[in-house]
Amino acid sequence: MEVSIASYIMLSAVLFILGAMGVLLRRNAILVFMSVELMLNAANLALVAFARHWGQTDGHLFVFFVITVAAAEVAVGLALIVAIFRTKKSINIDDLHELQG
Amino acid sequence: MIEINAQSIAFAILAVLTLGGGLGVVLNRNLFRGAIWLMVSLFGVAGIFVLLSAPFLAAVQVLVYIGAIAILITFAVMLTRSMTNLGERFVRRTAGIVVAVLLFFFILLGTILPVWGVDGTRYDDVSAPAENVATTRELGVALVDGNQFVLPFEVASLLLTAAMIGAIVIAREDEE
Repeated sequence: MEVSIASYIMLSAVLFILGAMGVLLRRNAILVFMSVELMLNAANLALVAFARHWGQTDGHLFVFFVITVAAAEVAVGLALIVAIFRTKKSINIDDLHELQG
Repeated sequence: MIEINAQSIAFAILAVLTLGGGLGVVLNRNLFRGAIWLMVSLFGVAGIFVLLSAPFLAAVQVLVYIGAIAILITFAVMLTRSMTNLGERFVRRTAGIVVAVLLFFFILLGTILPVWGVDGTRYDDVSAPAENVATTRELGVALVDGNQFVLPFEVASLLLTAAMIGAIVIAREDEE
Protein backbone atom coordinates (compact mmCIF):
# COMPACT_ATOMS: atom_id res chain seq x y z
CA MET A 1 0.00 0.00 0.00
CA GLU A 2 1.81 3.08 -1.21
CA VAL A 3 -0.48 5.74 0.24
CA SER A 4 0.20 5.55 3.97
CA ILE A 5 -2.55 5.22 6.56
CA ALA A 6 -1.64 8.67 7.87
CA SER A 7 -2.95 10.26 4.65
CA TYR A 8 -6.29 8.51 5.07
CA ILE A 9 -6.56 9.52 8.71
CA MET A 10 -5.77 13.14 7.89
CA LEU A 11 -8.37 13.14 5.12
CA SER A 12 -10.83 11.71 7.61
CA ALA A 13 -9.95 14.36 10.21
CA VAL A 14 -10.35 17.24 7.76
CA LEU A 15 -13.69 15.85 6.56
CA PHE A 16 -14.82 15.54 10.20
CA ILE A 17 -13.82 19.15 10.88
CA LEU A 18 -15.80 20.28 7.81
CA GLY A 19 -18.86 18.44 9.13
CA ALA A 20 -18.42 19.87 12.63
CA MET A 21 -18.08 23.40 11.23
CA GLY A 22 -21.29 22.84 9.26
CA VAL A 23 -23.16 21.73 12.39
CA LEU A 24 -21.87 24.68 14.41
CA LEU A 25 -22.14 27.41 11.79
CA ARG A 26 -25.20 26.75 9.61
CA ARG A 27 -28.74 27.68 10.60
CA ASN A 28 -30.77 25.39 8.36
CA ALA A 29 -31.80 22.06 9.91
CA ILE A 30 -31.35 20.10 6.66
CA LEU A 31 -27.84 21.50 6.18
CA VAL A 32 -26.99 20.58 9.77
CA PHE A 33 -28.24 17.11 8.89
CA MET A 34 -26.00 16.87 5.82
CA SER A 35 -23.04 17.99 7.94
CA VAL A 36 -23.79 15.19 10.41
CA GLU A 37 -23.65 12.78 7.47
CA LEU A 38 -20.23 14.19 6.55
CA MET A 39 -19.01 13.55 10.10
CA LEU A 40 -20.35 9.97 10.01
CA ASN A 41 -18.54 9.43 6.72
CA ALA A 42 -15.30 10.76 8.19
CA ALA A 43 -15.60 8.24 11.04
CA ASN A 44 -16.32 5.45 8.53
CA LEU A 45 -13.26 6.45 6.55
CA ALA A 46 -11.04 6.21 9.63
CA LEU A 47 -12.56 2.82 10.58
CA VAL A 48 -11.95 1.34 7.12
CA ALA A 49 -8.42 2.78 7.02
CA PHE A 50 -7.55 1.13 10.33
CA ALA A 51 -9.26 -2.11 9.28
CA ARG A 52 -7.05 -2.17 6.18
CA HIS A 53 -4.00 -1.35 8.27
CA TRP A 54 -4.51 -4.26 10.67
CA GLY A 55 -6.07 -6.63 8.12
CA GLN A 56 -9.17 -7.19 10.30
CA THR A 57 -12.87 -7.33 9.46
CA ASP A 58 -14.06 -5.61 12.66
CA GLY A 59 -13.71 -2.11 11.24
CA HIS A 60 -15.70 -3.10 8.16
CA LEU A 61 -18.48 -4.50 10.36
CA PHE A 62 -18.63 -1.30 12.38
CA VAL A 63 -18.92 0.71 9.18
CA PHE A 64 -21.70 -1.61 8.03
CA PHE A 65 -23.67 -0.97 11.23
CA VAL A 66 -22.93 2.77 11.15
CA ILE A 67 -24.40 2.95 7.64
CA THR A 68 -27.49 1.03 8.84
CA VAL A 69 -28.04 3.31 11.81
CA ALA A 70 -27.41 6.39 9.64
CA ALA A 71 -30.14 5.25 7.24
CA ALA A 72 -32.61 4.85 10.13
CA GLU A 73 -31.55 8.21 11.59
CA VAL A 74 -32.04 10.01 8.28
CA ALA A 75 -35.52 8.53 7.78
CA VAL A 76 -36.75 9.63 11.22
CA GLY A 77 -34.86 12.93 11.22
CA LEU A 78 -36.14 14.08 7.87
CA ALA A 79 -39.69 13.08 8.83
CA LEU A 80 -39.29 15.26 11.94
CA ILE A 81 -37.93 18.17 9.87
CA VAL A 82 -40.85 17.95 7.42
CA ALA A 83 -43.34 17.77 10.32
CA ILE A 84 -41.73 20.80 11.99
CA PHE A 85 -41.82 22.69 8.69
CA ARG A 86 -45.54 21.98 8.35
CA THR A 87 -46.39 23.45 11.74
CA LYS A 88 -43.85 26.29 12.00
CA LYS A 89 -43.24 27.13 8.29
CA SER A 90 -39.54 27.30 9.10
CA ILE A 91 -36.64 24.92 9.66
CA ASN A 92 -34.20 27.51 10.92
CA ILE A 93 -32.74 26.02 14.08
CA ASP A 94 -32.78 29.47 15.69
CA ASP A 95 -36.57 29.64 15.29
CA LEU A 96 -37.15 26.40 17.18
CA HIS A 97 -37.05 27.38 20.84
CA GLU A 98 -40.30 26.05 22.31
CA LEU A 99 -38.52 23.88 24.86
CA GLN A 100 -36.70 26.79 26.51
CA GLY A 101 -39.42 27.05 29.18
CA MET B 1 7.32 10.35 1.21
CA ILE B 2 4.35 9.79 -1.07
CA GLU B 3 5.61 8.68 -4.46
CA ILE B 4 3.69 9.38 -7.65
CA ASN B 5 1.89 6.27 -8.84
CA ALA B 6 -1.58 5.20 -9.87
CA GLN B 7 -2.73 4.75 -6.29
CA SER B 8 -1.54 8.11 -5.00
CA ILE B 9 -3.04 9.87 -8.04
CA ALA B 10 -6.37 8.12 -7.41
CA PHE B 11 -6.14 9.05 -3.73
CA ALA B 12 -5.49 12.69 -4.60
CA ILE B 13 -8.45 12.86 -7.00
CA LEU B 14 -10.80 11.14 -4.53
CA ALA B 15 -9.58 13.31 -1.65
CA VAL B 16 -10.29 16.43 -3.71
CA LEU B 17 -13.79 15.07 -4.53
CA THR B 18 -14.48 14.27 -0.87
CA LEU B 19 -13.24 17.53 0.61
CA GLY B 20 -14.59 19.65 -2.24
CA GLY B 21 -18.02 18.09 -1.76
CA GLY B 22 -17.76 18.72 1.98
CA LEU B 23 -16.83 22.36 1.40
CA GLY B 24 -19.75 22.64 -1.02
CA VAL B 25 -22.12 21.38 1.68
CA VAL B 26 -20.82 23.73 4.35
CA LEU B 27 -20.44 26.89 2.24
CA ASN B 28 -23.27 27.01 -0.31
CA ARG B 29 -26.42 29.10 -0.07
CA ASN B 30 -28.74 26.78 -1.99
CA LEU B 31 -29.96 23.65 -0.19
CA PHE B 32 -30.48 21.69 -3.40
CA ARG B 33 -26.91 22.34 -4.52
CA GLY B 34 -25.83 21.32 -1.02
CA ALA B 35 -27.52 17.95 -1.52
CA ILE B 36 -25.71 17.50 -4.86
CA TRP B 37 -22.37 18.40 -3.24
CA LEU B 38 -23.11 15.87 -0.51
CA MET B 39 -23.51 13.19 -3.21
CA VAL B 40 -20.12 14.20 -4.67
CA SER B 41 -18.51 13.89 -1.26
CA LEU B 42 -20.14 10.50 -0.55
CA PHE B 43 -19.00 9.25 -3.95
CA GLY B 44 -15.43 10.28 -3.14
CA VAL B 45 -15.62 8.34 0.13
CA ALA B 46 -16.90 5.29 -1.79
CA GLY B 47 -13.88 5.53 -4.10
CA ILE B 48 -11.55 5.69 -1.11
CA PHE B 49 -13.21 2.54 0.27
CA VAL B 50 -12.22 0.84 -3.00
CA LEU B 51 -8.63 2.08 -2.54
CA LEU B 52 -8.68 0.59 0.96
CA SER B 53 -9.70 -2.83 -0.45
CA ALA B 54 -13.28 -2.69 0.85
CA PRO B 55 -15.29 -3.09 -2.38
CA PHE B 56 -18.40 -4.37 -0.57
CA LEU B 57 -18.54 -1.30 1.66
CA ALA B 58 -18.01 0.91 -1.41
CA ALA B 59 -21.05 -0.71 -3.04
CA VAL B 60 -23.08 -0.31 0.17
CA GLN B 61 -21.95 3.31 0.38
CA VAL B 62 -23.16 4.04 -3.15
CA LEU B 63 -26.43 2.11 -2.69
CA VAL B 64 -27.42 3.30 0.78
CA TYR B 65 -25.82 6.74 1.04
CA ILE B 66 -26.14 8.04 -2.51
CA GLY B 67 -29.11 5.90 -3.54
CA ALA B 68 -31.23 6.30 -0.41
CA ILE B 69 -29.98 8.92 2.05
CA ALA B 70 -29.04 11.61 -0.49
CA ILE B 71 -32.33 11.05 -2.33
CA LEU B 72 -34.27 11.32 0.96
CA ILE B 73 -32.47 14.58 1.71
CA THR B 74 -33.34 15.84 -1.78
CA PHE B 75 -37.00 15.00 -1.07
CA ALA B 76 -36.86 16.87 2.24
CA VAL B 77 -35.30 19.89 0.49
CA MET B 78 -38.13 19.89 -2.04
CA LEU B 79 -40.82 19.46 0.64
CA THR B 80 -39.47 22.50 2.50
CA ARG B 81 -39.44 24.53 -0.70
CA SER B 82 -39.54 28.04 0.75
CA MET B 83 -36.34 27.40 2.72
CA THR B 84 -34.28 26.24 -0.28
CA ASN B 85 -32.57 29.56 -0.95
CA LEU B 86 -30.97 30.84 2.20
CA GLY B 87 -30.63 34.56 2.61
CA GLU B 88 -28.22 34.15 5.44
CA ARG B 89 -25.39 31.67 5.28
CA PHE B 90 -24.04 31.35 8.81
CA VAL B 91 -25.21 31.80 12.36
CA ARG B 92 -24.60 35.21 13.83
CA ARG B 93 -23.56 34.04 17.30
CA THR B 94 -19.87 34.78 17.77
CA ALA B 95 -19.58 32.01 20.38
CA GLY B 96 -20.41 29.34 17.81
CA ILE B 97 -17.93 30.73 15.32
CA VAL B 98 -15.16 30.93 17.92
CA VAL B 99 -15.84 27.34 19.06
CA ALA B 100 -15.82 26.13 15.43
CA VAL B 101 -12.51 27.80 14.60
CA LEU B 102 -10.93 26.52 17.82
CA LEU B 103 -12.17 23.00 17.06
CA PHE B 104 -10.76 23.30 13.54
CA PHE B 105 -7.25 24.10 14.75
CA PHE B 106 -7.45 21.63 17.63
CA ILE B 107 -8.28 18.64 15.43
CA LEU B 108 -5.94 19.80 12.67
CA LEU B 109 -3.03 20.03 15.09
CA GLY B 110 -4.05 16.79 16.77
CA THR B 111 -3.78 14.92 13.47
CA ILE B 112 -0.90 16.74 11.82
CA LEU B 113 1.49 16.78 14.79
CA PRO B 114 1.57 12.98 15.29
CA VAL B 115 2.16 12.51 11.56
CA TRP B 116 4.84 15.11 10.90
CA GLY B 117 6.12 15.31 14.44
CA VAL B 118 7.10 18.38 16.41
CA ASP B 119 10.77 18.31 15.45
CA GLY B 120 10.37 17.38 11.78
CA THR B 121 10.44 13.61 12.34
CA ARG B 122 7.72 11.71 10.52
CA TYR B 123 5.97 8.87 12.31
CA ASP B 124 3.72 7.63 9.54
CA ASP B 125 5.88 4.63 8.57
CA VAL B 126 6.36 3.10 12.01
CA SER B 127 4.49 -0.04 11.02
CA ALA B 128 3.66 -1.37 7.58
CA PRO B 129 0.02 -2.29 6.82
CA ALA B 130 -1.00 -5.91 7.27
CA GLU B 131 -0.34 -8.29 4.40
CA ASN B 132 -3.71 -10.05 4.53
CA VAL B 133 -6.76 -8.11 3.40
CA ALA B 134 -10.19 -8.53 4.98
CA THR B 135 -12.43 -10.07 2.33
CA THR B 136 -16.15 -9.70 1.70
CA ARG B 137 -16.49 -13.43 2.43
CA GLU B 138 -15.13 -12.96 5.97
CA LEU B 139 -17.49 -10.01 6.41
CA GLY B 140 -20.51 -12.11 5.40
CA VAL B 141 -19.49 -15.00 7.65
CA ALA B 142 -19.00 -12.65 10.62
CA LEU B 143 -22.52 -11.27 10.15
CA VAL B 144 -24.24 -14.69 10.41
CA ASP B 145 -21.83 -16.51 12.74
CA GLY B 146 -23.45 -17.16 16.12
CA ASN B 147 -20.23 -16.31 17.94
CA GLN B 148 -19.68 -12.99 16.22
CA PHE B 149 -22.10 -10.35 14.99
CA VAL B 150 -25.42 -12.10 14.46
CA LEU B 151 -27.12 -10.34 17.40
CA PRO B 152 -26.19 -6.77 16.28
CA PHE B 153 -27.28 -7.78 12.79
CA GLU B 154 -30.75 -8.79 14.03
CA VAL B 155 -31.01 -5.68 16.22
CA ALA B 156 -30.11 -3.58 13.17
CA SER B 157 -33.02 -5.10 11.21
CA LEU B 158 -35.35 -4.37 14.13
CA LEU B 159 -34.03 -0.80 14.28
CA LEU B 160 -34.68 -0.29 10.56
CA THR B 161 -38.27 -1.55 10.91
CA ALA B 162 -38.86 0.70 13.93
CA ALA B 163 -37.36 3.69 12.11
CA MET B 164 -39.53 3.07 9.06
CA ILE B 165 -42.74 2.87 11.12
CA GLY B 166 -41.66 5.88 13.18
CA ALA B 167 -40.96 7.96 10.08
CA ILE B 168 -44.41 7.13 8.66
CA VAL B 169 -46.14 8.02 11.95
CA ILE B 170 -44.27 11.31 12.33
CA ALA B 171 -44.61 12.53 8.75
CA ARG B 172 -48.26 11.51 8.24
CA GLU B 173 -50.88 14.26 8.01
CA ASP B 174 -53.44 14.24 10.81
CA GLU B 175 -56.73 12.91 9.47
CA GLU B 176 -59.30 14.53 11.73
